[in-house]
Order: sequence, then structure tokens, then C-alpha cells
Amino acid sequence: MTVITSIPPPEAAGEAASVPAGGASSVPLPLRFVGRALRTLWGNGKARTGMIVLGLIIVVAVFAPLIAPHSPTATTFTPYRGPNATNLLGTTGNGQDVFSQLIYGARVSLIVGLCAGALATLVAVTLGLISGYRPGALDEVLSFVTNLALVIPGIPLMIILAAYLQGRSVWTIVLVVAFTSWATGARVIRSQTKTLRTREFVTSAVFSGERLFRVTFREILPNMTSLVAASFFAAATAAVLAEASLEFLGLGNPSTVSWGTILYAAQQQNALLTGQWLMVFAPGLAIVLLMVSFTLVNFGLDALSNPRLREK
Amino acid sequence: MPLLEARGVNVVYEPNRGQRIWSVRDVDVTLEQGEFVGLVGESGCGKSTLGFALTRMLRPPARLSGGVIRFDGTDIATLDGEQLRRQRRNGFALVLQSGMNALNPVRSVARHFGDILKAHARPGDDLSAAGVRRRGTELLESVRLDAAVLTRFPHELSGGMRQRVSIALALALQPRMIVFDEPTTALDVIVQQAVMETIKDLQRERGFTAILISHDLGVVLDATDRVMVMYAGRIVEDQPAGVMTRGLHHPYTEALLDCYGDPRADEVRLGGIPGTPPDLSLPNAGCSFAPRCPLAEEICLTTDPPLSPLEEGRAACHVRAREEEAINVG
Amino acid sequence: MRYILRKVVLFVLTLWAAITLVFILPRLMPGSPVDAALGKLASAGVPITNAERAAVQAQLGAPHTSLFVQYGDYLRSIATLRFGTSYSFPSQTVALTIGKALPWTVVLVGATTVFAFVIGTLLGVYAGWRRGRLADSSVTIGATFFGAFPPFWLGLLLLYWLSFKYGWFPIKGGYSPGLTPKWSLSFLGNALDHSVLPALTLAITTLSGWVFGMRNNMINTLGEDYITFAEANGLRSRTVALLYAARNALLPNVTSFGLVLGAVVGGSVLVEGVYSYPGVGNLLYIAVTNHDFPLMQALFLVITLSMLVAIFIVDLFYVRLDPRVRSTA
Repeated sequence: MTVITSIPPPEAAGEAASVPAGGASSVPLPLRFVGRALRTLWGNGKARTGMIVLGLIIVVAVFAPLIAPHSPTATTFTPYRGPNATNLLGTTGNGQDVFSQLIYGARVSLIVGLCAGALATLVAVTLGLISGYRPGALDEVLSFVTNLALVIPGIPLMIILAAYLQGRSVWTIVLVVAFTSWATGARVIRSQTKTLRTREFVTSAVFSGERLFRVTFREILPNMTSLVAASFFAAATAAVLAEASLEFLGLGNPSTVSWGTILYAAQQQNALLTGQWLMVFAPGLAIVLLMVSFTLVNFGLDALSNPRLREK
Repeated sequence: MPLLEARGVNVVYEPNRGQRIWSVRDVDVTLEQGEFVGLVGESGCGKSTLGFALTRMLRPPARLSGGVIRFDGTDIATLDGEQLRRQRRNGFALVLQSGMNALNPVRSVARHFGDILKAHARPGDDLSAAGVRRRGTELLESVRLDAAVLTRFPHELSGGMRQRVSIALALALQPRMIVFDEPTTALDVIVQQAVMETIKDLQRERGFTAILISHDLGVVLDATDRVMVMYAGRIVEDQPAGVMTRGLHHPYTEALLDCYGDPRADEVRLGGIPGTPPDLSLPNAGCSFAPRCPLAEEICLTTDPPLSPLEEGRAACHVRAREEEAINVG
Repeated sequence: MRYILRKVVLFVLTLWAAITLVFILPRLMPGSPVDAALGKLASAGVPITNAERAAVQAQLGAPHTSLFVQYGDYLRSIATLRFGTSYSFPSQTVALTIGKALPWTVVLVGATTVFAFVIGTLLGVYAGWRRGRLADSSVTIGATFFGAFPPFWLGLLLLYWLSFKYGWFPIKGGYSPGLTPKWSLSFLGNALDHSVLPALTLAITTLSGWVFGMRNNMINTLGEDYITFAEANGLRSRTVALLYAARNALLPNVTSFGLVLGAVVGGSVLVEGVYSYPGVGNLLYIAVTNHDFPLMQALFLVITLSMLVAIFIVDLFYVRLDPRVRSTA
């Protein structure tokens, strides 16, 4: 059987609808991509609120020396005082100004949250990609480890680790927190990698001889950016809470100033019984706001990756 | 009175703020009781959307914007909520493309029947377990399935069986009109043939009006009495099925027919249609097929052709309209 | 059947892995927790008998002994519940201390989890069904906000307002001091009174996990074809929402039960500490403050194993919910 087709060749003049190449723009591609993502996020009501609140907290952290009326560690004030003109939120048992501590505390909470979140996400992406890409023994082992990490209760494990390590520095906390929060992200990334692996553009890349490394970075990862970003913010949210919990239990470094240590001090000096409830209320509220801002941004990211969740 | 009379149906699809896509443009459909009509076109031409619109199953971001849909005299385009739900008994039904996923995975087939019968219960209906089983067995038999299927769960049935169960469920409501949206597309050819036979037999036996939506012209020509061809959201041709394989037609219909080759012939000519379908987010001037049409003329680019008589039906083409007039006059 | 078999195997494997992890941890850490532990025990007046030393070493590490021998000793000590004595409670063995506290936590965490699961799931169904409308937004924003409350913070605040200031609820403990625990109605009533605030704190902070999970599942499920078909067949809204959508959306929630349970258990540590509620979490709190390693080890083991058992039970229950795993397909 002979087959004769009469479909004319595709380059009909004037109908070329090819995507315009790079164009005259001098902005590098990744930056443009981020810009577009930010603009889309801004369009989502919840994400916009989250970004504003987060922005404010970052500003407070960066400009802490300018905003805070006093030094957070100076023990020059009368201890155990309630809110007054000089000490807006009162003073600690050591005579330190709580309000200044609150302002400076933003730095530690932000840094730990973002760093631990980033570290956990890095581990999650690496393990998730490896596990999802090649079914087989490695995948089975990694999946088992991930599931194990998921069922072991996070806070008790963190407590044990922090107690044993006695490292007493902020970075110990970052490590411990990251160690206990990578599993959720890893599971999500693994299942997404598995789905993407079977998609045509990946198969064609593999067939055309591209090496594993390049396929992963060129084809798979770019399609998971919003998922990775969402994982990051989720991990960061958990990290902020975890750090505060560890500090509250006295497992952090009591000489660092963070929202968690303010609460630790408050508990030690029975602030509630002495009527200094603001000392408990304020740092806790700050923690809540930071976590909520991360989560709100995540709503926007969720909508980006799953069109069904988009706001109308 | 025709069973279904739809005038000026327009469906707009708004995926993001500010973006509008007109997937069905100004469509009129008239169906008599007992007709078996086919609706063909390529992917994205709006045929499924039209089918959903006629059965009031559009969901955001798609919506019906304008038009009257008179079902047995009642304008269902304006109905909502409980009133609309009631229309589905003894009214119109929809059978989906993926009969595969049309069944609730955690409920048995018997419970599916029970759910439907109870939702439209009338006084005097036997809704006991035995009654539901009886009714279910009847309906399953009419789609050539054994009563044993009643106790099964959807994942225990094959694709073809699930599609038949979907049809049986639709029949439970004794509808006067059923829209079949690509009922056999996801099935392999042999199962496809069997299911289509069942649909044809059912339509003959029970006399309901049926709309068969498909991109497969062969299936449609085989099963239906009348064929409507859609392109870019409009109906461009409407003919009795028998006429489709001969005579003059809308250039798009002819191109479609050209795309089919007989697998057993010695020499096969396969046609194709150069170009791409138009962007439905833009309003169009003139005939939407003109950019790809071998017969296009000046007037085609400026004026939208109305449906005018051609052969034993109608077509929306300036050139064919002129030729037809010439034949009639001459 | 194959599903159950798989779950049993996984359970046993995970059990083994968790036990081994707890074995490895103290032996990786810098310093010698054993000597520190023995030293503290001595200063608390606990006689350091050979049995005592053996128990502590089995948990925390015996110098100059091969790892294999240590592992064997470790497993044996778990099987016989010989965890040694804790210097926070020198008058009784660790096993006994934990044994007394465990029921309190099981009741608190158990009741709170059930409550939060039910309410959270219902709210999630509601929010997912009425997606995009005011009901959804308020539930979502509310859950986000409350879910971000650090459990110990909420506990402190509730303690302050409802207990200290207004005296509606007792301030601390599981029961009024001076009472002895027994199975009498008056005692149970007293215990209940003391458990309201801890339970409330835990419930509020863990609710959001269920709400979001269920809401997302609902939204995904609502896009399925069987929902469209059910609506096309004119089923009532309530039937579709509950029997078709929610019933299916529930399934991934059950499989992720373990994750949220972990959050509840973690939260209970902090909440019990704040309220001095006599459960396992409070013990951990005390152990941490005292650097009481033997107690910490044993507690971690007990907590992890309890969670694994709970998750395993839920996994078995899943068979009742999803007919697809019942057949050997």
C-alpha cells in the first residue's frame, strides 16, 4: 500500500508563529522568571498579605539597631517592671528591655527559619530527585528512610538531639531543625519527579543522549519550581516553630536574643504570675505572624502549581 | 413541538482575570423527539462544551452567556438548583467521555443505582434493597451486563463494562434525551464497536433523543441519522448522515472526510488541513475557516456566513450557498 | 490481603529501625553521657549496683565493649523493661515512672486527636465544598492563624486568662494535690476538670493540619469525573458532597494520619510541660531540664513506639475504607 499525503509543508509564508527569541531585553532569564513569579503571587490576595507582613518583619530585622530604643542585652533597667514609658513591654528579671529584645529577636527567628528551611529543602530536593528518578533498590531504601523520618515524632527527636549535642549555638539549632523537617518535602518531590519522569519531554531528552545530571536540572527541576518553593516555605514555617519550642525548653543558647528565649525567660521568672503577660503575649504573637506570613505566601504558590486551587 | 430548541447559545470560558475565550458562538440546535444526531469536529472546536451547555453541566470558569435552551417547552437556561435537578428525571442526561472515571470508586454498582433512584424518588417507587436490585438488574440487562455486576466495585470492572454501567445509570432516569460525550474514545476498537452497537439498539428500542459527540466521523456516520459539524465554536454544516459521503459540502467537512483512508485499499490518499484553528479569544470577522479554506474569497474574510440550504441540509459557506442557489435557479 | 501483609512487614521493619536509631543516637554524641548519668544518680542518692550500671550502659553506651554486644544488651534491656533509674525520680525505676505517666498521655492525646480529626475533617469538607466563598476563606484564614500558635504559647495564655485570672479551671497538674488516683467518679471528675485546658490547647493548635489536608483533598476530588457524572444524574448536593466527594477525599487524609499525629505528640510535650500535666510529655520536659539522659532515652523510645502502633492500627483500619485495597488487584 502506498500512502500519498497532500498536506503541504509547514512553512507557509507569513504564518510563522514562532516564539520571539530572547529579544532585546538585557535582564537575565532567571531574574525575569522570578519577577514574573512575584507578579503572579502579588495577584493572589492571600499571598500578597503574606508578602507584606513578611516584608515588614524583614525590615524590622534588618533595621533593628535603628528601630529598637535600647540595646537588647543591656541590664541597666529595673528588673520585673511592667510596661512603661521607657520599656514599652516591661523588663526581664535581669533588667533587660523586652521591647528591644523583641525587635532584635526578629533577626534570629528569621535567620533560623530561613536557613533551616533552606537546608531541609536542599536535602529534600536532592533525595527526592534521586529517589523519584530511578525506580529500584536505591529508591526503595530512600523511601523507607523517608517514611521512617516521617513517623518518628519531630519535636521529641529534636529535643533529644539538642540535649545531646549541647552545642549551644544557633547553628546547632538550625542543623537539628533541618534534620527533622526534610522528610515531608522529600516525599512530595519524589512523587512529582516520578510523574515528570514519564512525561514526553523528559523521555525525549534521555533518548537524545542527555546525561542524567543535565536532564534533572534542565528538564525536571524547572517544572517543579513552585513545588520546591512551597516546600521551602512549609519547612521554614515548621522551623520557626521548632526553634521557638527548643528555646522555650531551654535547649538553645540563653544568651542569644530570640523570640523563643524571651518566652523561656518569661517562664523562668513566672511572668504570668507577676502580671507581665505582655512579655508572653508579644513574642508569641510575633512568632505567629511570621509563620502565618510564610503560610499565606504558600497559598499563592499552591495556586501557581495547581490550577484548580487558583482564586477566581 | 421539537424536544430541544436552543437559540443563540454562547459559552465563554474565563480561566484568568481578563482572559475570555468564546468556545461556543451563537449556536442554534433543534432536535425532534427520537432523533439520533451526531456532533463532530476536531479537538477544541467546542462540541463537548456545547453538549455540556445543553445539559446545563457547565462549571466555572466556563459559563453560559446568552441564549435560550427550551427543553420540552421550558427554558432550562434560566433554571438553577432544585428546579434544574428535577429536570434530570425524565428529562435530559449526560454520559461522559471517561466512563472509566465516571463511577465513585468507594461505592458498589448497586449503591450507584440506589443513589440515583433515591434522588429522584416518586411516591410508589420501591426503594428497598430488593427493589433497587430489581431495577438495577433490569437496567444492566438492557446494556448487556450480567446482574452479578451489581455487587462489584468500579475498579473490578473493565473499561467497557464501566462505560456500559454509566449508560445504564443514565437510563435509570428514563430520560427523553441523552448526550453521549465521546463515549467510546477511551476504548479499544473492538470494545468500541460493541458499545456503539448497544447504544444504537437502546436508542432504537427506547426512542430517546440522542446526541453523539465525537471527533471520529466514521463512528458518527455509522450510528446517527443526522450529523452536525462544528468548527471554532460554530455549527458549519448540518446534514442527514446518508448525504455526508456524497455531494457537495462545507470545505471543512470535505477536508475532514479526506482525512480518512480505507486501510484495505491499495492506494490511500490522506488529506490534511493546513494551518491551525483560530484563536478563540479574539472576536472574528468573517468565516472562521477562511484562513485555511481552499475556496476562500473576498467576502469570506469580511462577512460571517449564515447557515443556508445545501444538499438536504444546511451549511455556513458563502461559496456553497452561491453554488446551491445557482443550481436551484438554473 | 497483600495490603495487610505489606503493612505488617513495614510496621516490623520501622519498629526495628526506630529501636536501632535510639540505640545509635547516644553513642554518636560527643562526651560520655554514661558517666554523667551515673554521677548524677550517685549524687541523687541512688545506689550504683551492677544492675544499675548495666542498665544505664545498655541504654547509653558501654565503653570498651563491641557494638554488637552492646546492641544485644540493649535489645534485652528493652524486652525486660530494664531502663535503669532516673535521677529525677530516684525512688522508682524509669519503667515504673513512665508506666504511671503513659495512661495520662494516651487519654489526653487520644481524645484530642479524635476530636481534632473529626472537627478538622468536617471543617475541611465544608471549606472545600464551598470553595472560594466566604465560608472557605474564613475557615482557611482561621485555620492558618490558629495553626501557627506555638502550643506552649497558647497553653500559657489560656492558663493565664482562664485559670489564673478567672479561676475557671485549675492551674496545674492532672488532679488536685492531695488526691490519690483511683477509679472513682469524683476522682475522674476532678481529672477531667484538669484536662480541659491541656486538651483545648492541643486541639486548637493541631486542628489546622486536618482542615488543610481535607480541604485540598476535597478540591482535588471535586475535579474528578465521577462528581460531574453524579451531578449530571441529578443527585442531591448533600449526597454528592458527602458520599461522593468527602468519602473519597477522606482517604489520603487517613494515610497521612501519621504525620499529623506526630505534630500532636510533639505538641503534647510542650503543653504538658506548661500545665505540669502528669503525662509522658511532662516527663520529657523534666528530663530535659535535668539533663536526665536515661529517662530521655526511654521516653523517646516509648513515644516513638506508641506512635508506630497507632499508625499501624489506622493503616489496618484503612482497609475498611477503601475497597480498592481489599481485592488482590
